[in-house]
Amino acid sequence: MKEAIVVKNLTRRFDELVAVDNISFSVDQGELFGFLGPNGAGKTTTINILATLLRPSSGQAFVAGYDVTQHSNEVRRNIGIVFQEIALDSKLTGQENLEFHAMMYGLAKQERLSRIQEVLHLVNLIEKRDVLVENYSGGMKRRLEIARGLIHRPRVLFLDEPTLGLDAQTRRHIWEYIQKLNKEEGVTIILTTHYMEEADNLCHRVAIMDQGKFVALDTPSRLKDILGGDVVTLELDPFFPEVKCKFEYLSWIKTVKRHKNSLVLTMEKAEKRIPELLRLAEVNGSRVTSVHLHKPSLEDVFLHFTGRRIREEEASLQERNRDRFRHHFRRR
Amino acid sequence: MSFIAIYVLWLREMKRFWRAKSRIIGALAMPLFFLAFLGLGFNRMGVPGMSNQVDYITFLVPGILGMSLLFSSTFGGLSVLWDKEFGFLKEIMVAPVSRVSIVLGRIAGGVTTALIQASMILAASLVMGFKPSSWLAVGLALFLMVFISATFLGLGLVFASQMKDMQGFSIVMNFVIFPIFFLSGALYPVENFPSWLRILSYLDPLTYGIDGLRAILIDNSSFPLTLNLGLVLIAATGMVILGAYLFERSETI
Repeated sequence: MKEAIVVKNLTRRFDELVAVDNISFSVDQGELFGFLGPNGAGKTTTINILATLLRPSSGQAFVAGYDVTQHSNEVRRNIGIVFQEIALDSKLTGQENLEFHAMMYGLAKQERLSRIQEVLHLVNLIEKRDVLVENYSGGMKRRLEIARGLIHRPRVLFLDEPTLGLDAQTRRHIWEYIQKLNKEEGVTIILTTHYMEEADNLCHRVAIMDQGKFVALDTPSRLKDILGGDVVTLELDPFFPEVKCKFEYLSWIKTVKRHKNSLVLTMEKAEKRIPELLRLAEVNGSRVTSVHLHKPSLEDVFLHFTGRRIREEEASLQERNRDRFRHHFRRR
Repeated sequence: MSFIAIYVLWLREMKRFWRAKSRIIGALAMPLFFLAFLGLGFNRMGVPGMSNQVDYITFLVPGILGMSLLFSSTFGGLSVLWDKEFGFLKEIMVAPVSRVSIVLGRIAGGVTTALIQASMILAASLVMGFKPSSWLAVGLALFLMVFISATFLGLGLVFASQMKDMQGFSIVMNFVIFPIFFLSGALYPVENFPSWLRILSYLDPLTYGIDGLRAILIDNSSFPLTLNLGLVLIAATGMVILGAYLFERSETI
Protein backbone atom coordinates (compact mmCIF):
# COMPACT_ATOMS: atom_id res chain seq x y z
CA MET A 1 0.00 0.00 0.00
CA LYS A 2 1.49 3.27 -1.11
CA GLU A 3 -1.07 5.79 0.05
CA ALA A 4 -1.37 6.73 3.71
CA ILE A 5 -4.53 8.68 3.08
CA VAL A 6 -7.12 8.57 0.34
CA VAL A 7 -10.05 10.97 0.36
CA LYS A 8 -12.86 10.85 -2.17
CA ASN A 9 -15.51 13.56 -2.56
CA LEU A 10 -15.52 14.30 1.14
CA THR A 11 -18.20 16.71 2.34
CA ARG A 12 -19.16 17.76 5.83
CA ARG A 13 -22.05 20.05 6.67
CA PHE A 14 -22.91 21.67 9.98
CA ASP A 15 -26.56 22.56 9.57
CA GLU A 16 -26.53 24.89 6.58
CA LEU A 17 -22.79 25.60 6.73
CA VAL A 18 -20.68 23.49 4.37
CA ALA A 19 -17.38 23.20 6.25
CA VAL A 20 -15.74 20.76 3.84
CA ASP A 21 -17.00 20.87 0.28
CA ASN A 22 -16.41 17.81 -1.87
CA ILE A 23 -12.63 17.49 -1.59
CA SER A 24 -10.56 14.62 -2.98
CA PHE A 25 -6.86 13.99 -2.50
CA SER A 26 -4.36 11.39 -1.46
CA VAL A 27 -1.20 11.46 0.60
CA ASP A 28 1.69 9.06 0.07
CA GLN A 29 3.34 7.20 2.87
CA GLY A 30 6.21 9.17 4.32
CA GLU A 31 4.95 12.43 2.92
CA LEU A 32 4.78 15.65 4.87
CA PHE A 33 1.52 17.16 3.72
CA GLY A 34 0.11 20.53 4.69
CA PHE A 35 -3.26 22.21 4.70
CA LEU A 36 -2.88 25.95 4.38
CA GLY A 37 -5.78 28.30 4.73
CA PRO A 38 -7.43 30.97 6.83
CA ASN A 39 -9.46 30.20 9.93
CA GLY A 40 -12.73 28.58 9.00
CA ALA A 41 -11.38 27.15 5.75
CA GLY A 42 -12.25 23.61 6.83
CA LYS A 43 -8.78 22.34 7.73
CA THR A 44 -9.60 21.23 11.25
CA THR A 45 -12.87 19.67 10.18
CA THR A 46 -11.01 17.63 7.58
CA ILE A 47 -8.46 16.49 10.16
CA ASN A 48 -11.21 15.62 12.64
CA ILE A 49 -12.95 13.47 10.04
CA LEU A 50 -9.69 11.69 9.22
CA ALA A 51 -9.11 11.15 12.95
CA THR A 52 -12.61 9.59 13.33
CA LEU A 53 -13.88 12.35 15.60
CA LEU A 54 -16.43 13.65 13.11
CA ARG A 55 -18.46 11.69 10.61
CA PRO A 56 -18.48 12.77 6.97
CA SER A 57 -21.81 13.97 5.58
CA SER A 58 -20.91 12.26 2.32
CA GLY A 59 -17.87 10.88 0.55
CA GLN A 60 -15.19 8.49 1.75
CA ALA A 61 -11.90 8.70 3.59
CA PHE A 62 -9.29 6.01 4.14
CA VAL A 63 -6.44 6.31 6.60
CA ALA A 64 -3.68 3.68 6.62
CA GLY A 65 -5.93 1.64 4.36
CA TYR A 66 -8.98 1.68 6.63
CA ASP A 67 -12.29 3.41 6.09
CA VAL A 68 -12.74 6.05 8.81
CA THR A 69 -16.43 5.28 9.32
CA GLN A 70 -16.38 1.49 8.89
CA HIS A 71 -13.15 0.64 10.71
CA SER A 72 -12.65 3.56 13.04
CA ASN A 73 -10.81 1.52 15.67
CA GLU A 74 -8.17 0.35 13.16
CA VAL A 75 -7.78 3.94 12.01
CA ARG A 76 -7.38 5.11 15.61
CA ARG A 77 -4.71 2.50 16.26
CA ASN A 78 -2.65 3.78 13.35
CA ILE A 79 -2.80 7.51 13.94
CA GLY A 80 -1.46 10.03 16.37
CA ILE A 81 -2.92 13.49 16.66
CA VAL A 82 -1.96 16.80 18.19
CA PHE A 83 -5.04 18.95 18.46
CA GLN A 84 -5.23 22.65 17.82
CA GLU A 85 -6.30 23.34 21.39
CA ILE A 86 -4.40 21.80 24.27
CA ALA A 87 -5.91 18.41 25.10
CA LEU A 88 -3.98 17.49 28.23
CA ASP A 89 -5.29 16.74 31.70
CA SER A 90 -3.80 19.64 33.63
CA LYS A 91 -4.37 17.92 36.99
CA LEU A 92 -2.00 15.13 35.99
CA THR A 93 1.78 15.33 35.63
CA GLY A 94 3.49 15.12 32.26
CA GLN A 95 4.48 11.53 32.93
CA GLU A 96 0.94 10.62 34.00
CA ASN A 97 -0.53 12.12 30.85
CA LEU A 98 1.81 9.98 28.79
CA GLU A 99 1.05 6.88 30.87
CA PHE A 100 -2.66 7.43 30.40
CA HIS A 101 -2.14 7.56 26.66
CA ALA A 102 0.21 4.58 26.49
CA MET A 103 -2.19 2.42 28.48
CA MET A 104 -5.17 3.46 26.38
CA TYR A 105 -3.20 2.30 23.34
CA GLY A 106 -2.50 -1.02 25.02
CA LEU A 107 1.29 -0.82 25.40
CA ALA A 108 2.73 -3.40 27.78
CA LYS A 109 4.43 -2.07 30.88
CA GLN A 110 8.06 -2.53 29.78
CA GLU A 111 7.52 -0.95 26.39
CA ARG A 112 5.39 1.74 27.92
CA LEU A 113 8.09 2.92 30.29
CA SER A 114 10.85 2.84 27.70
CA ARG A 115 8.75 4.66 25.09
CA ILE A 116 7.74 7.34 27.58
CA GLN A 117 11.39 7.84 28.48
CA GLU A 118 12.28 8.05 24.80
CA VAL A 119 9.66 10.59 23.80
CA LEU A 120 10.32 12.72 26.88
CA HIS A 121 13.96 12.91 25.80
CA LEU A 122 12.91 13.75 22.27
CA VAL A 123 10.99 16.82 23.39
CA ASN A 124 13.34 17.76 26.22
CA LEU A 125 10.86 17.36 29.04
CA ILE A 126 12.55 14.59 31.00
CA GLU A 127 13.27 16.87 33.95
CA LYS A 128 9.71 18.20 34.06
CA ARG A 129 8.05 14.80 33.93
CA ASP A 130 6.72 14.92 37.48
CA VAL A 131 5.41 18.47 37.35
CA LEU A 132 1.66 18.96 37.06
CA VAL A 133 0.76 20.03 33.53
CA GLU A 134 -1.09 23.09 34.85
CA ASN A 135 2.34 24.48 35.72
CA TYR A 136 3.75 23.95 32.21
CA SER A 137 4.27 26.83 29.79
CA GLY A 138 2.44 26.88 26.46
CA GLY A 139 5.48 25.59 24.60
CA MET A 140 6.03 22.77 27.08
CA LYS A 141 2.42 21.69 26.74
CA ARG A 142 2.76 21.59 22.96
CA ARG A 143 5.94 19.55 23.20
CA LEU A 144 4.30 17.15 25.62
CA GLU A 145 1.41 16.71 23.23
CA ILE A 146 3.73 15.98 20.34
CA ALA A 147 5.53 13.45 22.53
CA ARG A 148 2.21 11.89 23.44
CA GLY A 149 1.16 11.61 19.81
CA LEU A 150 4.28 9.57 19.12
CA ILE A 151 4.30 7.05 21.98
CA HIS A 152 2.39 4.36 20.16
CA ARG A 153 4.44 4.76 16.96
CA PRO A 154 1.63 5.92 14.69
CA ARG A 155 1.99 5.52 10.95
CA VAL A 156 0.18 8.79 10.34
CA LEU A 157 0.58 11.82 12.57
CA PHE A 158 -1.88 14.70 12.41
CA LEU A 159 -0.73 18.08 13.67
CA ASP A 160 -3.45 20.69 13.83
CA GLU A 161 -1.76 24.11 13.98
CA PRO A 162 1.21 22.67 15.89
CA THR A 163 2.90 26.02 16.51
CA LEU A 164 -0.12 28.23 17.05
CA GLY A 165 0.69 30.98 19.52
CA LEU A 166 4.25 29.86 20.19
CA ASP A 167 7.32 32.10 20.21
CA ALA A 168 9.74 31.99 17.29
CA GLN A 169 12.34 29.89 19.08
CA THR A 170 9.92 27.19 20.21
CA ARG A 171 8.38 27.18 16.78
CA ARG A 172 11.73 26.51 15.17
CA HIS A 173 12.39 23.70 17.66
CA ILE A 174 9.09 22.09 16.83
CA TRP A 175 9.77 22.37 13.12
CA GLU A 176 13.02 20.52 13.69
CA TYR A 177 11.22 17.73 15.58
CA ILE A 178 8.65 17.42 12.85
CA GLN A 179 11.28 17.14 10.14
CA LYS A 180 13.34 14.70 12.15
CA LEU A 181 10.34 12.50 12.77
CA ASN A 182 9.37 12.49 9.16
CA LYS A 183 12.90 11.69 7.94
CA GLU A 184 14.15 9.32 10.62
CA GLU A 185 11.02 7.46 11.60
CA GLY A 186 9.28 7.71 8.24
CA VAL A 187 6.03 8.91 9.80
CA THR A 188 3.52 10.35 7.39
CA ILE A 189 2.67 13.80 8.69
CA ILE A 190 -0.41 15.86 7.93
CA LEU A 191 -0.35 19.34 9.33
CA THR A 192 -2.65 22.30 9.15
CA THR A 193 -1.39 25.82 9.48
CA HIS A 194 -2.18 29.36 8.63
CA TYR A 195 1.49 30.34 8.84
CA MET A 196 2.77 30.56 5.30
CA GLU A 197 6.40 30.04 6.18
CA GLU A 198 5.50 26.92 8.14
CA ALA A 199 3.86 25.32 5.13
CA ASP A 200 6.71 26.50 2.90
CA ASN A 201 9.54 25.27 5.12
CA LEU A 202 8.10 21.94 6.16
CA CYS A 203 5.71 20.50 3.64
CA HIS A 204 6.46 18.41 0.59
CA ARG A 205 3.05 19.29 -0.76
CA VAL A 206 0.55 21.93 0.30
CA ALA A 207 -3.18 22.05 -0.24
CA ILE A 208 -4.46 25.60 -0.14
CA MET A 209 -7.92 25.56 1.31
CA ASP A 210 -10.58 28.23 1.29
CA GLN A 211 -14.26 27.96 2.20
CA GLY A 212 -14.16 24.19 2.39
CA LYS A 213 -12.57 23.71 -1.01
CA PHE A 214 -9.06 23.15 -2.29
CA VAL A 215 -8.01 26.09 -4.41
CA ALA A 216 -4.60 24.61 -5.18
CA LEU A 217 -2.55 21.54 -4.36
CA ASP A 218 1.11 21.19 -5.25
CA THR A 219 4.66 21.47 -3.94
CA PRO A 220 5.44 24.89 -2.45
CA SER A 221 7.91 25.73 -5.22
CA ARG A 222 5.50 24.85 -7.99
CA LEU A 223 2.76 26.82 -6.29
CA LYS A 224 5.04 29.82 -6.25
CA ASP A 225 5.92 29.26 -9.90
CA ILE A 226 2.29 29.93 -10.72
CA LEU A 227 3.06 33.55 -9.94
CA GLY A 228 5.75 33.57 -12.63
CA GLY A 229 8.82 33.74 -10.43
CA ASP A 230 10.58 36.60 -8.64
CA VAL A 231 9.46 40.16 -9.05
CA VAL A 232 12.10 42.86 -9.72
CA THR A 233 11.15 46.51 -9.64
CA LEU A 234 13.59 48.93 -11.26
CA GLU A 235 13.23 52.65 -10.92
CA LEU A 236 14.69 54.45 -13.92
CA ASP A 237 15.89 58.02 -14.24
CA PRO A 238 15.39 59.13 -16.94
CA PHE A 239 12.84 56.64 -18.21
CA PHE A 240 13.49 55.54 -21.77
CA PRO A 241 10.88 53.31 -23.39
CA GLU A 242 13.64 51.52 -25.29
CA VAL A 243 14.69 49.89 -22.05
CA LYS A 244 11.24 48.37 -21.73
CA CYS A 245 11.35 47.13 -25.33
CA LYS A 246 14.78 45.66 -24.77
CA PHE A 247 13.62 43.77 -21.71
CA GLU A 248 10.54 42.49 -23.51
CA TYR A 249 12.80 40.80 -26.07
CA LEU A 250 14.71 38.84 -23.44
CA SER A 251 13.49 35.25 -23.16
CA TRP A 252 14.31 34.90 -19.45
CA ILE A 253 12.10 37.79 -18.51
CA LYS A 254 8.55 36.56 -18.29
CA THR A 255 6.59 39.76 -17.97
CA VAL A 256 7.35 43.46 -18.17
CA LYS A 257 5.04 46.12 -16.83
CA ARG A 258 5.53 49.85 -16.61
CA HIS A 259 4.42 51.77 -13.58
CA LYS A 260 5.25 55.50 -13.86
CA ASN A 261 9.04 55.57 -13.92
CA SER A 262 9.40 52.00 -12.80
CA LEU A 263 9.53 48.68 -14.57
CA VAL A 264 8.10 45.62 -12.89
CA LEU A 265 9.70 42.42 -14.23
CA THR A 266 9.11 38.78 -13.37
CA MET A 267 11.77 36.11 -13.82
CA GLU A 268 13.41 33.08 -12.24
CA LYS A 269 16.47 33.44 -9.99
CA ALA A 270 16.28 37.20 -10.14
CA GLU A 271 19.23 37.73 -7.78
CA LYS A 272 21.58 36.40 -10.50
CA ARG A 273 20.00 38.56 -13.20
CA ILE A 274 20.06 41.93 -11.50
CA PRO A 275 23.62 42.92 -12.56
CA GLU A 276 22.72 42.23 -16.17
CA LEU A 277 19.52 44.24 -15.85
CA LEU A 278 21.48 47.18 -14.54
CA ARG A 279 24.00 46.91 -17.37
CA LEU A 280 21.24 46.74 -20.03
CA ALA A 281 19.51 49.76 -18.59
CA GLU A 282 22.71 51.74 -18.65
CA VAL A 283 23.56 50.69 -22.23
CA ASN A 284 20.15 51.97 -23.28
CA GLY A 285 20.66 55.32 -21.67
CA SER A 286 18.73 54.96 -18.40
CA ARG A 287 20.15 55.10 -14.93
CA VAL A 288 18.72 52.73 -12.33
CA THR A 289 18.07 54.66 -9.13
CA SER A 290 16.59 51.83 -7.09
CA VAL A 291 16.15 48.06 -7.25
CA HIS A 292 13.62 46.05 -5.38
CA LEU A 293 13.55 42.26 -5.39
CA HIS A 294 10.56 40.32 -4.11
CA LYS A 295 10.68 36.55 -3.86
CA PRO A 296 7.11 35.22 -3.96
CA SER A 297 5.93 33.43 -0.83
CA LEU A 298 2.97 31.16 -0.33
CA GLU A 299 1.34 34.28 1.02
CA ASP A 300 1.36 35.70 -2.50
CA VAL A 301 0.07 32.43 -3.86
CA PHE A 302 -2.68 32.50 -1.31
CA LEU A 303 -3.62 36.07 -2.15
CA HIS A 304 -3.47 35.20 -5.79
CA PHE A 305 -5.97 32.39 -5.33
CA THR A 306 -8.30 33.58 -2.64
CA GLY A 307 -8.04 37.33 -3.09
CA ARG A 308 -9.09 37.19 -6.69
CA ARG A 309 -11.08 34.03 -6.40
CA ILE A 310 -9.23 32.32 -9.21
CA ARG A 311 -9.27 28.54 -9.37
CA GLU A 312 -6.21 26.68 -10.46
CA GLU A 313 -7.37 25.79 -13.98
CA GLU A 314 -8.13 29.40 -14.70
CA ALA A 315 -4.77 30.43 -13.39
CA SER A 316 -2.93 28.03 -15.63
CA LEU A 317 -5.14 29.08 -18.51
CA GLN A 318 -4.13 32.66 -17.90
CA GLU A 319 -0.53 31.58 -17.72
CA ARG A 320 -0.80 29.90 -21.09
CA ASN A 321 -2.50 32.92 -22.56
CA ARG A 322 0.28 35.11 -21.29
CA ASP A 323 2.89 32.82 -22.87
CA ARG A 324 1.04 32.82 -26.17
CA PHE A 325 0.84 36.57 -26.09
CA ARG A 326 4.53 36.89 -25.41
CA HIS A 327 5.46 34.55 -28.26
CA HIS A 328 3.28 36.55 -30.56
CA PHE A 329 4.91 39.76 -29.43
CA ARG A 330 8.37 38.39 -29.81
CA ARG A 331 7.77 37.21 -33.35
CA ARG A 332 6.82 40.63 -34.51
CA MET B 1 -14.27 -4.18 25.58
CA SER B 2 -10.96 -3.12 27.07
CA PHE B 3 -10.47 -3.63 30.79
CA ILE B 4 -7.21 -1.72 30.71
CA ALA B 5 -9.05 1.30 29.30
CA ILE B 6 -11.69 1.06 32.04
CA TYR B 7 -8.93 0.83 34.62
CA VAL B 8 -6.97 3.78 33.20
CA LEU B 9 -10.04 5.99 33.11
CA TRP B 10 -10.89 4.97 36.67
CA LEU B 11 -7.32 5.63 37.79
CA ARG B 12 -7.37 9.10 36.25
CA GLU B 13 -10.60 9.87 38.07
CA MET B 14 -9.06 8.73 41.37
CA LYS B 15 -5.96 10.86 40.90
CA ARG B 16 -8.03 13.90 40.05
CA PHE B 17 -10.33 13.27 43.00
CA TRP B 18 -7.43 12.87 45.38
CA ARG B 19 -5.77 16.06 44.16
CA ALA B 20 -8.91 18.18 44.32
CA LYS B 21 -9.25 18.37 48.09
CA SER B 22 -11.26 21.57 47.96
CA ARG B 23 -13.70 19.88 45.60
CA ILE B 24 -14.22 17.04 48.08
CA ILE B 25 -14.87 19.47 50.90
CA GLY B 26 -17.24 21.46 48.72
CA ALA B 27 -19.14 18.34 47.72
CA LEU B 28 -19.45 17.20 51.34
CA ALA B 29 -20.45 20.54 52.78
CA MET B 30 -23.99 20.76 51.42
CA PRO B 31 -25.23 17.29 52.48
CA LEU B 32 -23.56 17.70 55.87
CA PHE B 33 -25.22 21.09 56.40
CA PHE B 34 -28.56 19.61 55.42
CA LEU B 35 -28.01 16.76 57.82
CA ALA B 36 -26.84 18.95 60.66
CA PHE B 37 -29.34 21.80 60.40
CA LEU B 38 -32.42 19.92 59.27
CA GLY B 39 -31.61 17.04 61.60
CA LEU B 40 -31.09 19.25 64.62
CA GLY B 41 -33.81 21.72 63.71
CA PHE B 42 -36.57 19.16 63.20
CA ASN B 43 -35.35 16.49 65.56
CA ARG B 44 -37.93 17.25 68.21
CA MET B 45 -40.71 16.69 65.76
CA GLY B 46 -41.96 13.26 64.86
CA VAL B 47 -42.02 12.09 61.28
CA PRO B 48 -45.61 12.12 60.10
CA GLY B 49 -46.47 9.14 57.94
CA MET B 50 -43.89 6.74 59.32
CA SER B 51 -45.28 3.58 60.88
CA ASN B 52 -42.81 3.16 63.73
CA GLN B 53 -41.55 5.90 65.97
CA VAL B 54 -38.33 7.11 64.32
CA ASP B 55 -36.65 10.35 65.23
CA TYR B 56 -36.04 12.75 62.36
CA ILE B 57 -32.28 12.54 62.18
CA THR B 58 -32.46 8.76 61.84
CA PHE B 59 -35.02 9.18 59.10
CA LEU B 60 -32.91 11.85 57.41
CA VAL B 61 -29.52 10.04 57.19
CA PRO B 62 -30.49 7.64 54.34
CA GLY B 63 -32.13 10.58 52.57
CA ILE B 64 -28.96 12.65 52.78
CA LEU B 65 -26.89 9.69 51.56
CA GLY B 66 -29.24 9.49 48.58
CA MET B 67 -28.90 13.21 48.04
CA SER B 68 -25.12 13.04 48.05
CA LEU B 69 -25.20 10.12 45.59
CA LEU B 70 -27.65 11.97 43.34
CA PHE B 71 -25.61 15.15 43.17
CA SER B 72 -22.11 13.71 42.91
CA SER B 73 -23.16 11.07 40.37
CA THR B 74 -25.09 13.41 38.08
CA PHE B 75 -22.18 15.85 38.18
CA GLY B 76 -19.85 12.94 37.49
CA GLY B 77 -21.80 12.13 34.34
CA LEU B 78 -21.96 15.77 33.33
CA SER B 79 -18.21 16.14 33.90
CA VAL B 80 -17.79 14.79 30.38
CA LEU B 81 -18.63 18.37 29.44
CA TRP B 82 -15.67 19.65 31.45
CA ASP B 83 -13.41 17.28 29.58
CA LYS B 84 -14.95 18.58 26.40
CA GLU B 85 -14.33 22.15 27.49
CA PHE B 86 -10.69 21.46 28.37
CA GLY B 87 -10.13 19.40 25.25
CA PHE B 88 -9.21 16.18 27.02
CA LEU B 89 -12.31 14.40 25.73
CA LYS B 90 -10.79 14.41 22.25
CA GLU B 91 -7.72 12.62 23.57
CA ILE B 92 -10.02 9.97 25.06
CA MET B 93 -12.17 9.69 21.96
CA VAL B 94 -9.34 9.13 19.47
CA ALA B 95 -7.99 6.22 21.53
CA PRO B 96 -8.51 2.82 19.93
CA VAL B 97 -10.85 1.48 22.59
CA SER B 98 -14.55 0.73 22.36
CA ARG B 99 -16.90 3.54 23.32
CA VAL B 100 -18.52 1.17 25.82
CA SER B 101 -15.26 0.86 27.77
CA ILE B 102 -14.98 4.64 27.86
CA VAL B 103 -18.47 4.89 29.35
CA LEU B 104 -17.80 2.06 31.81
CA GLY B 105 -14.48 3.61 32.85
CA ARG B 106 -16.19 6.88 33.60
CA ILE B 107 -18.97 5.15 35.50
CA ALA B 108 -16.44 3.13 37.51
CA GLY B 109 -14.62 6.33 38.46
CA GLY B 110 -17.84 8.19 39.21
CA VAL B 111 -19.28 5.39 41.35
CA THR B 112 -16.07 5.16 43.36
CA THR B 113 -15.90 8.89 44.10
CA ALA B 114 -19.64 9.02 44.91
CA LEU B 115 -19.25 6.07 47.27
CA ILE B 116 -16.24 7.61 49.01
CA GLN B 117 -18.23 10.80 49.60
CA ALA B 118 -21.30 8.89 50.81
CA SER B 119 -19.11 6.85 53.18
CA MET B 120 -17.70 10.05 54.62
CA ILE B 121 -21.22 11.36 55.22
CA LEU B 122 -22.21 8.06 56.81
CA ALA B 123 -19.16 8.28 59.05
CA ALA B 124 -20.05 11.85 60.01
CA SER B 125 -23.62 10.77 60.81
CA LEU B 126 -22.28 8.02 63.08
CA VAL B 127 -20.41 10.70 64.94
CA MET B 128 -23.65 12.68 65.20
CA GLY B 129 -25.34 9.71 66.83
CA PHE B 130 -26.86 7.78 63.95
CA LYS B 131 -27.11 4.04 64.70
CA PRO B 132 -27.48 1.64 61.75
CA SER B 133 -29.39 -1.55 62.48
CA SER B 134 -26.22 -3.64 62.07
CA TRP B 135 -22.73 -3.47 60.55
CA LEU B 136 -23.75 -5.95 57.91
CA ALA B 137 -26.40 -3.42 56.95
CA VAL B 138 -23.68 -0.87 56.18
CA GLY B 139 -22.08 -3.31 53.73
CA LEU B 140 -25.43 -4.01 52.08
CA ALA B 141 -26.14 -0.28 51.91
CA LEU B 142 -22.86 0.29 50.07
CA PHE B 143 -23.89 -2.39 47.59
CA LEU B 144 -27.19 -0.59 46.93
CA MET B 145 -25.40 2.75 46.67
CA VAL B 146 -23.31 1.44 43.74
CA PHE B 147 -26.49 1.06 41.70
CA ILE B 148 -28.05 4.32 42.87
CA SER B 149 -24.86 6.07 41.80
CA ALA B 150 -24.71 4.24 38.45
CA THR B 151 -28.31 5.31 37.71
CA PHE B 152 -27.48 8.98 38.04
CA LEU B 153 -24.13 8.72 36.29
CA GLY B 154 -26.12 7.33 33.39
CA LEU B 155 -28.53 10.25 33.70
CA GLY B 156 -25.61 12.71 33.72
CA LEU B 157 -24.23 11.10 30.56
CA VAL B 158 -27.63 11.36 28.89
CA PHE B 159 -27.64 15.10 29.50
CA ALA B 160 -23.96 15.51 28.66
CA SER B 161 -24.50 13.85 25.28
CA GLN B 162 -27.31 16.29 24.47
CA MET B 163 -25.49 19.44 25.58
CA LYS B 164 -22.74 21.33 23.81
CA ASP B 165 -21.19 22.90 26.88
CA MET B 166 -21.78 23.73 30.52
CA GLN B 167 -24.25 26.51 29.61
CA GLY B 168 -27.26 24.30 30.26
CA PHE B 169 -25.89 23.19 33.60
CA SER B 170 -28.15 25.35 35.76
CA ILE B 171 -31.21 24.21 33.81
CA VAL B 172 -30.35 20.58 34.50
CA MET B 173 -29.67 21.50 38.11
CA ASN B 174 -32.97 23.32 38.67
CA PHE B 175 -35.32 21.33 36.48
CA VAL B 176 -33.92 17.83 36.82
CA ILE B 177 -31.71 17.30 39.84
CA PHE B 178 -33.67 19.30 42.41
CA PRO B 179 -37.07 17.85 41.41
CA ILE B 180 -35.60 14.34 41.59
CA PHE B 181 -34.27 15.20 45.03
CA PHE B 182 -37.50 16.72 46.38
CA LEU B 183 -39.72 14.03 44.87
CA SER B 184 -37.61 11.22 46.28
CA GLY B 185 -38.72 11.52 49.88
CA ALA B 186 -35.22 12.25 51.08
CA LEU B 187 -36.49 14.85 53.56
CA TYR B 188 -40.06 13.62 54.24
CA PRO B 189 -42.15 10.54 53.49
CA VAL B 190 -43.69 10.75 50.02
CA GLU B 191 -46.93 9.46 51.52
CA ASN B 192 -47.51 13.06 52.64
CA PHE B 193 -47.77 14.23 49.01
CA PRO B 194 -51.19 14.57 47.36
CA SER B 195 -51.83 11.56 45.17
CA TRP B 196 -51.06 13.29 41.83
CA LEU B 197 -47.64 14.32 43.09
CA ARG B 198 -47.05 10.89 44.58
CA ILE B 199 -47.27 9.43 41.06
CA LEU B 200 -44.26 11.53 40.08
CA SER B 201 -42.45 10.32 43.20
CA TYR B 202 -43.10 6.74 42.19
CA LEU B 203 -41.52 7.46 38.79
CA ASP B 204 -38.37 8.76 40.48
CA PRO B 205 -35.73 6.04 40.85
CA LEU B 206 -34.19 7.85 43.82
CA THR B 207 -37.42 7.18 45.78
CA TYR B 208 -36.63 3.47 45.71
CA GLY B 209 -32.94 4.04 46.30
CA ILE B 210 -33.58 6.03 49.48
CA ASP B 211 -36.39 3.76 50.62
CA GLY B 212 -34.09 0.80 50.08
CA LEU B 213 -31.38 2.49 52.15
CA ARG B 214 -33.96 3.07 54.91
CA ALA B 215 -35.02 -0.56 54.75
CA ILE B 216 -31.40 -1.64 55.10
CA LEU B 217 -30.05 0.92 57.57
CA ILE B 218 -32.99 1.69 59.88
CA ASP B 219 -35.35 -1.24 59.23
CA ASN B 220 -38.13 1.12 58.30
CA SER B 221 -39.44 1.57 54.77
CA SER B 222 -42.51 2.17 52.65
CA PHE B 223 -41.78 -0.65 50.19
CA PRO B 224 -40.31 -4.11 50.66
CA LEU B 225 -36.51 -4.16 50.27
CA THR B 226 -36.61 -6.60 47.35
CA LEU B 227 -38.89 -4.29 45.36
CA ASN B 228 -36.54 -1.37 46.04
CA LEU B 229 -33.46 -3.38 45.08
CA GLY B 230 -35.12 -4.71 41.95
CA LEU B 231 -36.29 -1.32 40.74
CA VAL B 232 -32.96 0.38 41.44
CA LEU B 233 -31.17 -2.40 39.55
CA ILE B 234 -33.49 -1.96 36.57
CA ALA B 235 -33.11 1.84 36.67
CA ALA B 236 -29.31 1.57 36.85
CA THR B 237 -29.10 -0.85 33.94
CA GLY B 238 -31.52 1.19 31.86
CA MET B 239 -29.85 4.55 32.49
CA VAL B 240 -26.34 3.23 31.90
CA ILE B 241 -27.38 1.65 28.61
CA LEU B 242 -29.23 4.80 27.53
CA GLY B 243 -26.34 7.03 28.56
CA ALA B 244 -23.81 4.85 26.76
CA TYR B 245 -25.98 4.68 23.65
CA LEU B 246 -26.47 8.44 23.44
CA PHE B 247 -22.83 9.11 24.30
CA GLU B 248 -21.66 6.81 21.52
CA ARG B 249 -24.00 8.40 19.00
CA SER B 250 -23.21 12.00 19.81
CA GLU B 251 -20.30 13.71 18.11
CA THR B 252 -18.07 14.74 20.91
CA ILE B 253 -16.31 17.76 19.49
